[in-house]
Amino acid sequence: MNFDFSDEQKQLRDQVRRFLTDRCPTSAVRAILEGPEPYDRKLYQGLGEMGFLGAAIPEEYGGVGLGHLELCVIAEELGRVNAPVPVLSSIYQAAEALMIAGTDAQKAAWLPKLATGEAVGTLALGEGPGKVSETSVKAQVAGGKLTGVKLPVADGDSADLAIVAAREPQGVSLWLVDLAGPGVTRETLETIDPTRSQAKLSFDGAPAERLGEAGQGWRIVTDVLDRAAILLAFEQVGGADRALEMARDYALERMAFGRQIGSFQAVKHMLADMYVAATLARSNAYYGAWALSTGSAELPVAAATARVSATQAFQHCAKNNIQTHGGMGFTWAFDCHLFYRRANGLALALGSQSTWEDLLIERMRRRNDAPVAA
Amino acid sequence: MNFDDTPEEAAFRSQVRAWIAANAPTHLEAELKQSSFGNMGLKSEDPITAAKAWQARKAEAGWACLHWPKEYGGRGATPIERVIWGQEEGAYGTLGGLFTIGHGMCGPTLMAWALEEHKRKLLPAMASGDEVWCQLFSEPAGGSDLAGLRTKAEPANDGSGDWIIQGQKIWTSGAQNSDYGILITRTDPNVPKHKGLTMFWLSMKSPGIEIRPIKQANGQSGFNEVFFNEVRIPDNQRLGAVGEGWKVSLTTLMNERLSIGSGMPTGFPELFDYCLNFQTEDGPAADDRMVRSRLAQFAVKASGLRFTGMRAISALSKGETPGPENSIGKLVAGASMQELAMFALDLQGQAGVISDPDQAEAAARFQAMLLRSPATRVEGGTDEILRNIIAERVLGLPGDIRVDKDVAFKDIPTSGR
Repeated sequence: MNFDFSDEQKQLRDQVRRFLTDRCPTSAVRAILEGPEPYDRKLYQGLGEMGFLGAAIPEEYGGVGLGHLELCVIAEELGRVNAPVPVLSSIYQAAEALMIAGTDAQKAAWLPKLATGEAVGTLALGEGPGKVSETSVKAQVAGGKLTGVKLPVADGDSADLAIVAAREPQGVSLWLVDLAGPGVTRETLETIDPTRSQAKLSFDGAPAERLGEAGQGWRIVTDVLDRAAILLAFEQVGGADRALEMARDYALERMAFGRQIGSFQAVKHMLADMYVAATLARSNAYYGAWALSTGSAELPVAAATARVSATQAFQHCAKNNIQTHGGMGFTWAFDCHLFYRRANGLALALGSQSTWEDLLIERMRRRNDAPVAA
Repeated sequence: MNFDDTPEEAAFRSQVRAWIAANAPTHLEAELKQSSFGNMGLKSEDPITAAKAWQARKAEAGWACLHWPKEYGGRGATPIERVIWGQEEGAYGTLGGLFTIGHGMCGPTLMAWALEEHKRKLLPAMASGDEVWCQLFSEPAGGSDLAGLRTKAEPANDGSGDWIIQGQKIWTSGAQNSDYGILITRTDPNVPKHKGLTMFWLSMKSPGIEIRPIKQANGQSGFNEVFFNEVRIPDNQRLGAVGEGWKVSLTTLMNERLSIGSGMPTGFPELFDYCLNFQTEDGPAADDRMVRSRLAQFAVKASGLRFTGMRAISALSKGETPGPENSIGKLVAGASMQELAMFALDLQGQAGVISDPDQAEAAARFQAMLLRSPATRVEGGTDEILRNIIAERVLGLPGDIRVDKDVAFKDIPTSGR
C-alpha cells in the first residue's frame, strides 16, 4: 500500500514551497488586501512560468501534463501562504470545466492561456443569497446572447473568461463569455477576504458560446465542483497547518504569568484539537486526491468528504490561532486575520458547509443503494 | 498514490487468506461479526475455550504473535505483515481479545528485561494462548499519574532475597482469567516518584492475591481490583534493576501504541445504517437535513481516522515508523461515539430511554454505546493525557510544571492523606 505522495511529488512540494517563500511573503498578501490590485499578477505569471498552473493541463493544450496529484501538492502550498491569486476560479474550476466539456477548439482557445496565467477564467453560478442549485439559475441565453446577473463571481473583476450557467429551452447549460466583449458590466464587491476578489457581473446581451451539451450544464457543474472541492481541500489543509504552526510558535514564544503560555493545558489542549482536525482533514484530502487521480467511482463521496473535513479544519485552526494570540491576534498588524478571512471565505467558495454535508450523506446513501458489481 | 499491495505483500496476503479459509472456526463467524465495539458477542460457546482453541491452532501453524521472534513462539514477521494478518483475520481477530495485553505489552516487556531461561519458558506458552497474562499498573491513587502508585515491594526479612508485595491494583483487564502478570511497585518512597519504582512478573496463582471484579457504571464487569497481601516474588522475577521500574514500564507502554491499523470503532456505520432505516413521521431519518448534517460530521471523523490508518500502514509498508498522528485514534473515536450515541437516542424520542434489547431500537446498541463510551474516553490514557501527548510530543510544547518532580515520594501530598 502506498497511500501517500511519491518522492517526486514531495520534491515538487519542496520546490513550490521555496518558490512561494521567495515570491509570496506576507507582504505580498497584504499588498492585495490593502491595495487596488485584484490579485498578485507578478506572482501569478511566475506560477505560470514555473508550470505550476498547468500541472494538470495536457501538454497539447499548453500545460505540463503532470496530473492532479501534482496539482494537489501545489494547491496545499498555495494555501499555506494565502496566495492572493485566482487559482480556484481559473485553474480548479474554469480549466477543469474546459477539460471536461470543451471542444478541441474551445480548449485550444483558452487552456494554453489559463496554463500560463496570461488569461484568467472563472465559473459564474450564483445569483444571490442562498443555496446555489440548478433551480436557482435565472440567467438566460437566447440567440447566443446572455442576459442576467451573477454574484458573487470569484475573480470576476479581473477574469478574461467566464463560464456562466444560464437557461435555454433545453434547460441549464454552460456558456463561455469573453468578459472583454460587449454587454458585460463588472463591479468589485467588498468581501470578508479581499485577497481573493469577488465581483458582480451583469450581462446584457453579451455574446455566449455553449460549453458542453444543451441542458447538461448542471451535470458538468457538479463534476467541476467535485474536482475543485478536492483541490481546494488541499489549499484549506495547507492553511490549517500554517495557522496551527503560527499558534504553536506564538505559544512557545509568548510569556505570561512567568511561563510560556504553551505550558498551560488550556492552550495545549486547544492546539492538540487543532492538530486533530488538521490531521483528519489531511487524511480525507488524500482520499479525495486518490479518487481524483484514479477517476474512481468514489469521487463524489471522496470530494464531499474532503471538502467537509477541510472546511471544518481550516475554520477551526484559523479561529483558534487568533485565540492563541489573544489581543494581538485581533490586530491588523498580525497575520492571524489573513487566515481567518481566507478560511471563512473558502468555506463558502464552492457552496456552503451545510450544502456539502447534505451532498455527502446523499451520495453515501446512493452508493449504499447501488447494486454491488458481480 | 494507491491502496495496492506490493507483490510481496500480495503473496503474503494470499497465503494468509488460504490458511484462514482452511482453518478458522467458520461456525462462529456470524456470531463474531455481531460483536459490538470490542465486546466479543459469543454465546454459543464458552468464549475462553473458543479463544484458546483458535490461538492454539494459529500457534501450531506458525501464525501466532507474528511480530515476535521465532524462538519465542512468534513468526518474525514485518510490521506490515502483521497488519495484513489483522485485515484477513477479520472477525476471528475478536477472539484474540483475551491475549491482547499479553501479546502486545507483557511479551515485549519480558523480551526486553526477563532472564533468558524465563523467556524460553514463558513466551511460547503465552504465544500459543496456553497461558494468559495481565498487566498490573493502575492503582486507586495512580491512574493518569501512574508513577504515583503506592503498592509496596520490600525485601523479605528471611534473607531469601525474595520481595514481599503489599497493596492494590485496579482496572486490571482479564485478571480473573490470567495465569501471570507484570507488576509495577514502589521499592523506595524516599526518592522522587519516578525513581523509586521496580517491575516484576509473577504468577497470578501466588498466595495472597485476591481478585475482585469491579461493577462498572454500565452494569457490566470487564475489569478487576487485585489485592496483594504479603505476596512473595523471587528476585529473579524482577524486570530491570531496582529503581528502574519507570524505564521498564515505558517499554510496555510504547508497545501499546504500536498496534497500528486495528482501527478504533466510532459507531458511525451503525448510525448511518440506522438513519437510513429508521422511519420518522416524514420518512427515513436520513431524509432530514438536520440529520444529514450531523451524520456528515460523524462521517468525516470516521473517514479521517480510516485514512489516517491507511497512511500509517503505508509508512509501515515502506519500512518507516508511523508518525505520532496515530495517537489521535482513541481521542477522536471515543468522543465521537459518545456524541453519536446521544444523537441516536435523541432521534428515538422518548423511547430512546429504553435499553432492553428486545424492545429498544436497533437492539439497544446505541443505549449500550451511551453507557459504555465514558470509559473509552478514560481507559488507556484519558482524553486529557492524549491531548498532552499530542501537544508535547507532536507539537513540541513544554511539559507541565511538575510540583512533585524533585520531592521524595513520601512527602508528596495526596488526596488520601
